[in-house]
Amino acid sequence: MSLLRIENLDARHGQLQAVRGISLEVREGETLALVGANGAGKTTLLRAVAGAHRPAGGRVWLDGADVTEVPAFRRLALGIALVPEGRRLFTGMTVEENLLVARAHGRPGPWTVERVLDAFPMLRARIKAKAGSLSGGEQQATAIGRALVANPRVLLLDEVSLGLAPVAVDRVYQCLETLIAGGATIVLVEQDLSRALRVATRVACMLEGSVVLEGAAGQMTREQVTEAYFGLNHRAEA
Amino acid sequence: MIWVNQVIQGVLLGGYYALIACGLSFMFGVMRIINLAHGDLAILAAFLVWAIVEHSGMSPFLALALVLPVMGALGWLLQRVMLERSLRAGMLVPLLTTFGLAIVIQNLLFLAFGADIRSLAPAIGDLAFNSWSLGSHIYIGQLAGLIFLVAVLMLGGLQLMLARTPLGRSIRAIAEDPDTAELVGIDSRRVYAAAAAIAVMTVAVGGTFLGMRATFSPYAGPIQLIFAFEAVVIGGLGSMWGTLAGGIVLGVAQNLGALIAPNGFLIVGHAVFLLALGARLLHQRRKGGA
Repeated sequence: MSLLRIENLDARHGQLQAVRGISLEVREGETLALVGANGAGKTTLLRAVAGAHRPAGGRVWLDGADVTEVPAFRRLALGIALVPEGRRLFTGMTVEENLLVARAHGRPGPWTVERVLDAFPMLRARIKAKAGSLSGGEQQATAIGRALVANPRVLLLDEVSLGLAPVAVDRVYQCLETLIAGGATIVLVEQDLSRALRVATRVACMLEGSVVLEGAAGQMTREQVTEAYFGLNHRAEA
Repeated sequence: MIWVNQVIQGVLLGGYYALIACGLSFMFGVMRIINLAHGDLAILAAFLVWAIVEHSGMSPFLALALVLPVMGALGWLLQRVMLERSLRAGMLVPLLTTFGLAIVIQNLLFLAFGADIRSLAPAIGDLAFNSWSLGSHIYIGQLAGLIFLVAVLMLGGLQLMLARTPLGRSIRAIAEDPDTAELVGIDSRRVYAAAAAIAVMTVAVGGTFLGMRATFSPYAGPIQLIFAFEAVVIGGLGSMWGTLAGGIVLGVAQNLGALIAPNGFLIVGHAVFLLALGARLLHQRRKGGA
């Protein structure tokens, strides 16, 4: 049985339909990479799953329970945590405070502030520093740590490599690979195809609000994904 | 020596201003609401304490302990019933809402207590006029000293709560980014209501001490709002220690102004406020232009 099930989901930004009847399933321990060009609706889909964007239609199920109407702040306690695009840390608060605030509202489990510091050693020396003073990589590590410390059942990661120096992206992805190897269930939005294909067990490619290609990452060629990414087949069919 | 005395009295007066301004600053810092009913809520608390003291002969300090939870509940209710709804309609509507609330409180107090001027001073005995002598014609009023101490403790306590407790961290997170705060599990409605309850409880403390150090009537709220607002703007909206500093600057300016001319008390206070406001606007503009 799937841990996260998205059923016929629609989401709008005013008149614009950003997500069109998407249905997806994520099994426990699986990493689903959502890829697609800017404006494909990946972020809106993730925010709708996290409860930060009210869907116009469809349902979201977590472990068999319908969470569509559950407000965002309760979804964290149920086990859905989002690392938002742009990190969105509380910049006036320290790294420790950013972690503690999520810890207080999350689920009980193995992830503690100490374990986050073990997973992201770069944060140990910066624990008392204001989040606003951190480098991009440190901020991203804090944002992922803030989600992990809530002990989520499903971790939603939105563009974790965006705006980071290549060396910082490498460090963040090293940590992600450790998480994935540890059995975490992850939905990853990523524009970097190579990285997405490397870490994911399944890939869904979005175009103009719809999923146009979905399958096991190991069974897809880079060309197939690239064509779906840019809508080449889609346009040819149209 | 008279200048030294005026400065000391100004610092003590600043403690009172900080006490009365504390809730205003807290509410703005968290909810971005300038509560125009702030002074009237202080007067409402003073009347509630006065009514309990009058009917039971109880000490005003004990009466305040009874009034505090009532005012806290009122703050919670105001947030849930009025402010929360008005905040959804933009920045201007909460201003109008709290302005309307101020008028309602004033007239309800007039209806219940009439136009008579009241004071809690008779209920605190010698504390109202006793003082400590520091020699050379410098005296510190015991009540003024107590008010200053309470202001420091209350602002320090709030600062500590914001820095060290889960509720404080939630309040700061919401003040910085309400959308992300929800994503990390914070129930913003509940935290806003708790913050409003805390703010109105601090108003009750300020109102009770106002009743002890001076007189009050149903329409005395707006002038308290003006002094509180000036202290908060001088010290920086939303900053607890800034509010104390702002109150002290205002109090000292007013007392030194009174030395210059008989009506200098208010004029110099307002002038310092305008200077601080101008400097803040200029700083903001430069920051925006940079």
